[in-house]
Order: sequence, then structure tokens, then C-alpha cells
Amino acid sequence: MQGVLEIRWHGRGGQGAKTAAILLGEALAAAGKHIQAFPEYGPERMGAPVLAFNRVSDKPIRLHCHVERPKIVVILDPTLVGKVDVTGGVPGDGVYVINTNLAPAEIRRKLNIKGGSIFTVDATQIALDTIGRDIPNTPMMGALLRAAGLLPLDDFISDIRHKLEKKFKTKPEIIEGNIKAIQRAYQEVRSE
Amino acid sequence: MPKAVAITGNEAVAEAMRQLNPDVVAAYPITPQTEIVQIFSTFVADGLVHTEFVPVESEHSALSAVVGASAAGARAMTATSSQGLALMWEVLNIASGMRLPIVMPVVNRALSAPINIHCDHSDTMGARDSGWVQIYSENVQEAYDNVIQAVRIAEHPDVRLPVMVMMDGFIISHGMETVTLLEDDVVKRFVGEYRPEHSLLDVDHPVTFGALDFADWYFEHKRQESDAEAGVSQVVISVAEDFARISGRRYGLFEEYMLDDAEIAVVALNSTAGTVKEVVDALRSDGVKAGLLKLRLFRPFPHRDVLSALRHVKAIAVLDRADTYSTMGGPLFIDIRNVMYDMPGPRIVNYIYGLGGRDIDLDEINKVFEDLKDIATTGKVGAPVTYLGVRE
Repeated sequence: MQGVLEIRWHGRGGQGAKTAAILLGEALAAAGKHIQAFPEYGPERMGAPVLAFNRVSDKPIRLHCHVERPKIVVILDPTLVGKVDVTGGVPGDGVYVINTNLAPAEIRRKLNIKGGSIFTVDATQIALDTIGRDIPNTPMMGALLRAAGLLPLDDFISDIRHKLEKKFKTKPEIIEGNIKAIQRAYQEVRSE
Repeated sequence: MPKAVAITGNEAVAEAMRQLNPDVVAAYPITPQTEIVQIFSTFVADGLVHTEFVPVESEHSALSAVVGASAAGARAMTATSSQGLALMWEVLNIASGMRLPIVMPVVNRALSAPINIHCDHSDTMGARDSGWVQIYSENVQEAYDNVIQAVRIAEHPDVRLPVMVMMDGFIISHGMETVTLLEDDVVKRFVGEYRPEHSLLDVDHPVTFGALDFADWYFEHKRQESDAEAGVSQVVISVAEDFARISGRRYGLFEEYMLDDAEIAVVALNSTAGTVKEVVDALRSDGVKAGLLKLRLFRPFPHRDVLSALRHVKAIAVLDRADTYSTMGGPLFIDIRNVMYDMPGPRIVNYIYGLGGRDIDLDEINKVFEDLKDIATTGKVGAPVTYLGVRE
């Protein structure tokens, strides 16, 4: 367990929680980290609450059990706040990164979080402005990088750009939209 | 230069298959299949391999086609999981009885009923007495490395047996981890070209495969098969030594983790072994002499080596992710207890865990070691078989 950082992603089916965990994992692996990225596999339905996870370490990761005590929690959907248990297992110094138009202090009251740190960003609005669809996973990665400093933003963007270029060869607007979304969320994320 | 990449177990095994470039792959997308052959089929479509890909109408046919191809002299592979392996059952013994060096990655998943797609070892434990060599993998790296080594093991003239390479369903098959891949030409040189001693397409030396073999010779042929199994360990070790030279990664018949001076130890297969290592580290830092034996080669069972690795341990817990329904514990437990029968020292208990993908966490493994501490101190075993993490 020592030296292993654990991240839990909360989203709804279709919002890209699994993709976010995978893209983050790939970017961190490219930067020389040992990583794990995996979703919780259940009945997969559009809109249903889903979970995905990352583990990050400088050493090979041997844990193969569920992530039960994540240091970082990322919430992709504002409507999950207060609906699913997003604080379960999170230590006192946990970090929350939440897609919402509320201020961190309001979230703290709403979820009754005592310690740790809370970051909020309106990733839904950013996704609508930049990508044209409510796919909040890429902006939330930008917010996460700002909150947790896992990787320099430029390194992450160049890794993501490389991957998106492969996947969306014929749709450059999608690539640019996602990059802008990451940059904007990185800038706009609010802390207390 | 080999580089670290983040990929899933399915992707890593498909990548190994691309590098192995087998002559024939036959597969059918039964549920649950694996992404392995799906990813591999894109390599075929993109012309990255010269493999003849045979889409068949069932898993029974998939292995049958691979048996035919292998008998014809081809390097032939397929991959399967769970119900797919169950449907192959009839053909498994044909592949081993005909001494065909087929390599088949298997993603360990539960068997129906009830319907479940998640990890346990019921599928391959059901095939443990089929004459196939069985190699288990802790993580994505090991799954990749084991598939490459399996080709050399299967085709070795002292072996000539089919090999299954296992990894845990979802936990490893769909879990992304950082792994180091070998260069294509390094893998190519490592496995070399397959030159079968006998094959159907060698028309200058005609042979019959799968002949009728009644009470006159069947027994002798089966006895030879058992003899071949006895030689597998040595080949597994020598192939692992060669593999260490190209990869820097060392493998054996099993991994001994903090086992040398251990007073209490767990025996486990596949991904859970990694989690056990974390618990062993924590116990060691508290001064508890805990250890782990992670079995890699399960069939044939490396009994002499296992005996000598475990003989000094006071209390042993065997973790089984499958049940035999014999009411005498899981398959690994039965083998370990058999191996240790003549040893007066070690007390051995069994924990059946994780059926149908039920998670096993650090607290539960810790509880197993707590039980072992008591057994080592008192020498007394309560229940020999415990179901761990189940609601009763």
C-alpha cells in the first residue's frame, strides 16, 4: 500500500469515467509511473452511476483488490452529489474534484466533509462550450491535474493530443475541443 | 529499446500473439469470450500477421480446428474463457492425447449457473486433469511473458503437450497496468520456427494422428503422456532461464516471497498473490515471519520443489478461487495437502474465496494470517476448510 496513490472516479454510464481513468493511466505510464486503471464492471447502462479507478506508484503495483480508501475522488456528474456515497473510505486529507457550478464551500456543507480539500469546476459548461456535448471527462482531467499535480499540464496535453490524433484523424475539431476543455478546466477550477 | 506501456491483460496477450505470428488461430466469440482474439483479428485484418484466422461456429469447433492445424504441422493458437473452455472439454483431451503443442491463453472466469462473467478459477480447475500444462499469471506482465514462454515449453521435444496460460478475468484481462514489452524480432528469435517431428503435411513421412487404440496399446500411450508431464518442470525452468536473458525478468515453477524463513505462509494463484505480498510486507515490518508461495506451474504439479519450499513452514493456508464440491476443500488445497502428507510438521488449512468475482481485500488476507498465527502457536486446526468473504 505504501507509496500507492488511489483515485476513484464517479460518473454516469456514457460520461467517460472509464476512458478518463485509462487516459490518465496511459499518460502517467508514459511519464514513467507504474499505474493501474480499471472500471467497476456491473450492468452497464447509460446514465447509471458507475465507478472507475486508478492506482499510481513509482514502484510496480501488486495490489489487485478493489480500491477502498482513495486519496482522490473525482465526480464527473453534479447530480451524483448527495445521491451516491462519494466520501466513503476517503481519508481525512482526501482531495475531491467535482464537476459542479457550486463553490467548494457549498459542496463541503452539502456533503458534510470535515477535512481535506475540495475543488470544483463547471466541466459540463466547459464541455458544451468546447466539445459541443456534455462529455465532462476530459475537462475533469484538467481540473484533476491542477488539484493533484500528478503530471505537468503540457506533458498531459501532448500525450492526449497524440492519442486523439490517432482516434479522430478526420475530425480535428474534436481534438482541439478536448484540448481546450482540459486547458479551460485547468484554469477555471476553484479551490477554497 | 523495450519500453513501458499501459495496456490491459487482453491487449498484452493479443500483442504477444501478434509477435508470435502463429500460422493458424481459430476462434468463436462465445459469451463470455475474451477481447484477445477480437484484438488479434484486427491484426489479421490489418495484415500485421500472416496467420490464417478461422472464424468457427463454436468453441468446440475452435479447438477442433486448432487440433487439425497443429496436427498438420502448424503453430496454432486460440484463446478462451469460462463457458468457452467448458464447451471445448471434449477436445481438450484430444489435443493432449495427440501430443499437440497448442498454446491457449485462458481468462479465468466463473462458470454458470448462476450466470456470472467475473473472475474465479472454476473454468481451468475443471480442466486440470485434461493433460494440458497449466501456467498461472499474477499480472499483465506475467500473462504476456508466460504466453511467449508457453510456445517454447509446448513445442519442446521432451514435452510436446498443449499449454494453457491463465490470467484473472477483469482484474487482469480488463485491468490496465504498466508493462514492458519485448521487441518483435527478440520474440521471433526466442520462439524460433516451429519444426514438428511428425506432421500430416509431411507427405514424405506419412503418419496417422488420432488412431484407434484399444486395450492393446492405449494404456502405454497414456503412460507415455504421464512420463512427458514428469519432464515439464525441467523444461519450464530452462525456458525461463532463456527468457531471463532476453527480458531481465526471472521466472520459476513458483515464486517464493519471503518464504525462506517463514513460519506461516499462504499459497495462492494469479492476481490475489500480489495482494498477499502487500500483507506479507506489513506483517514482516511488525516482525511476523510471514511468506507466500505463488504457484506458476500448476499442471503438472511441481510436487518435489513445492515440498522442499514449504517443509519448514509451521502453518500453511491455501487460497482456492474454485471449489471441488468434494466437501474436502479446493483443488489447490487437495494437491498441497497431498504433497505435504508425509511431512510431520506443517498444519494446512484451506480458504475458498472470491467465487464469481467477489473481491478479496487486505483485511481478509490479514485475517488468514491471524488464523495461521494461532495454528502455528497451538498446533491445532479448527475447520480445515473455510469460505472467506461469504455471507453465511
